[in-house]
Amino acid sequence: MKIDLRVRRFNPEKDEKPWWGEYKLDDVNSTDSVLDLLHRVKWEQDGTLTLRRSCAHGVCGSDAMRINGANALACKMLVARLRKEGADHAKIQVEPILGLTVVKDLVVDMEPFFDHYKSVLPFFITNTAVPEDGRERLQTQEDRSRFDDTTKCILCAACTTSCPSFWANDKYVGPAAIVQAHRFIFDSRDEAAEERLNIMNEQFGVWKCRTAFNCTSACPRDIEVTRAIAEVKMALTTGTI
Amino acid sequence: MKPIIHTHEAIIVGGGGAGLMAALYASRNSDVAVLSKLYPTRSHTGAAQGGIGAALGNEEDDNWEWHSYDTVKGGDYLSDQDAVDILTKDAVDVVIELEHMGLPFDRFPSGRISQRRFGGHTNNETGRPVMRACHAADRTGHMILQTLYQQCIKNKVNFFDEFHVVDLIRVGDTVRGVVAIEIDTGDFHIFHGKAVLFATGGWGRCWEVTSNAHSLTGDGAAICMRRGIPMEDMEFFQFHPTGIFKLGILITEGVRGEGGVLINGEGERFMERYAPSIKDLASRDVVSRAIYLEIQAGRGINGKNYVHLDITPDTVNHYLQKDGYKDRSITREYIEEKLPDIADFTKTYLGVDPVHEPMPIQPTAHYAMGGIPTDNDARVLLDHEGTVLPGLYAAGECACVSVHGANRLGTNSLTDLVVFGRRAGKEMTKFCQETELLPLPENAADEIIAEFERIRHNQGSSKVFALRDRMQKLMTEKVGVFRVQEPMDQAVTQLAEVYQQWYDDVSVDDKGKKFNTDLLEAWELGCLIQLAQATAVSAAARQESRGAHARDDYPKRDDVNWLKHSYCYMKEDGRFELGYEPVHLGRYEPKERVY
Repeated sequence: MKIDLRVRRFNPEKDEKPWWGEYKLDDVNSTDSVLDLLHRVKWEQDGTLTLRRSCAHGVCGSDAMRINGANALACKMLVARLRKEGADHAKIQVEPILGLTVVKDLVVDMEPFFDHYKSVLPFFITNTAVPEDGRERLQTQEDRSRFDDTTKCILCAACTTSCPSFWANDKYVGPAAIVQAHRFIFDSRDEAAEERLNIMNEQFGVWKCRTAFNCTSACPRDIEVTRAIAEVKMALTTGTI
Repeated sequence: MKPIIHTHEAIIVGGGGAGLMAALYASRNSDVAVLSKLYPTRSHTGAAQGGIGAALGNEEDDNWEWHSYDTVKGGDYLSDQDAVDILTKDAVDVVIELEHMGLPFDRFPSGRISQRRFGGHTNNETGRPVMRACHAADRTGHMILQTLYQQCIKNKVNFFDEFHVVDLIRVGDTVRGVVAIEIDTGDFHIFHGKAVLFATGGWGRCWEVTSNAHSLTGDGAAICMRRGIPMEDMEFFQFHPTGIFKLGILITEGVRGEGGVLINGEGERFMERYAPSIKDLASRDVVSRAIYLEIQAGRGINGKNYVHLDITPDTVNHYLQKDGYKDRSITREYIEEKLPDIADFTKTYLGVDPVHEPMPIQPTAHYAMGGIPTDNDARVLLDHEGTVLPGLYAAGECACVSVHGANRLGTNSLTDLVVFGRRAGKEMTKFCQETELLPLPENAADEIIAEFERIRHNQGSSKVFALRDRMQKLMTEKVGVFRVQEPMDQAVTQLAEVYQQWYDDVSVDDKGKKFNTDLLEAWELGCLIQLAQATAVSAAARQESRGAHARDDYPKRDDVNWLKHSYCYMKEDGRFELGYEPVHLGRYEPKERVY
């Protein structure tokens, strides 16, 4: 099939303002991913097209982009999902994720995103000594399952940069940071839930969430982000985890 | 412009499992910098799925000595047995340490770390598969990477994210640091230090179909080779049996560990013929070859070049009964809980739900058993006599200790990362405390800066992707799963031509400085081609079949002549030379490998 690909381009070394690059691709398979298309442009037509990518199967989190107006990983978004059923032609538009400064083309500055991540104490904290027998701490399967969903996060920023509250105010920690806080708050082995909940309770914490659900739709790992945020809100409201 | 100079005692190149584990340990007593060409959480450790091998014995009898024997046998007796004992003994301790760091392993009903069966891991008394792979669903590598990164954040390790290391500063038999490009600005930086660790992963991108990330271009190994360090056992590269057809995306061996079976076009569970004892859980080289033999015999699915991996409960339960596991059976829900990512991959890329339909698979280039030679403390060796280059370290896939020998067992890569990453970190910090910082040579970055300017302004007509494609086809056709002398000799000659064409004629479109991935990809391709050359040279010389190196013209293992490691040296004029070092044997005498 044929694809008309429009890509938002901006190179601060040359361009005064962003522009649209338009590329025609033939012989595209419906099972090709948007990353495959971008690679074809970069490798065959214009080597200056710039993007991040690594694993190419949705586990490293490098290539979150805005594809036809919605956030996704380029490597997990197949052409089949972007065309009308059975059509042999499609138009696809790719832009950088919103709310973070564009560095070049599809590459954005990830530092503010990782700063929010670091602000929620995203690491295991306990003051209890390890078991005397030198073995692992025990955890029931039920306790383990409480935070299973939020352990899947790959820090791709698709959720945070789809969030209207984050667009409105980039001081908001954003859904990804709350997902990370959730992963530890609900881990029965961790002992810093209170500290993290205090951070979540601050001005730019969890209450900035307006339950738009964009984050859940954007998550390439199918994490129920809005639900995780709701569980953190509930813990703050009820005082129990 | 002059390069920007930073000084840190220990410099760690690579932010995957090995690099981060080393960073945690080295940073306890030394000033450490971790440089990654990605964000560390993008590293390919995160793509490892099924588990980390450690004989915890949480559900059934197991001990580290069985794990050692399985590893040595899996490696077709090329593993150094002293190193293997360290791997398997330390494995138990290091998995517990990961749990103490907060890693969310799955749990048995007892509350202990959950373990599953995996290829080649057995109860040495019964010969049956043993539950040794400690796991967090089918994203164990992801959880290891996340946990180690979290701990590094907690311990305030210095990270230089998206700094692409492109050269090692070596002066005689000392190292003084590395040169890196800050990707965002295109500026060159020198990291001046006492000790350097390469933990840069593998080079599966030398082949057409691979499970490896685009970023796995073997930079660290190639840099070392250019700075006079040989590459050990390059002819041993693992093809994982179960990659998604055409795409190469990994489908964990854990699928077979949970009871999944391989089925050919005639509906036959063909591994019963190749490995009567442990069948689908034979080691990876054996299973990959079996798949190719089935396809060659016309028994692929519909005669095509793939077979099926079947984890549907009906099929699995049928074969569990047949194999005498009367009390084992699985359900759809169990599969969905234990293998959620696999289901996600096959639904996304194939439209196949694995609890209802079998998955089309073919072998995929997966893992380098060979690499930068090290001793058991991750110290890099300069030659096959065992001379240490003080201050230089390597760990993880880019290194060759050698624990994996001629074929790595599943789960042992994650074990290797944390065990030898930890040893590297401890050893580096000791070295830093015992030595003074040696001065930087003048103009330490000039040579590599000139090389980049040469590539940037080369007036050629060859595109990076076209040259890469040619190299990948050569490696797939001539230095792949089955090997023969003449095609390998051709590959040696033709890869040298590809390298020359790359050198003379490669051209990039992007001449700028800022985030110039066009230029970096061109440079990475040079690394890949040279590693492909070292692989082809080493493979063409080894006249026997052992582990992943399978030759039609020398089908038998030859312990009389070839029970030895190869060392491939790249000379200044681009020629390659080989040397050999005997295997460190131990408790296990080489014998025929039967599964």
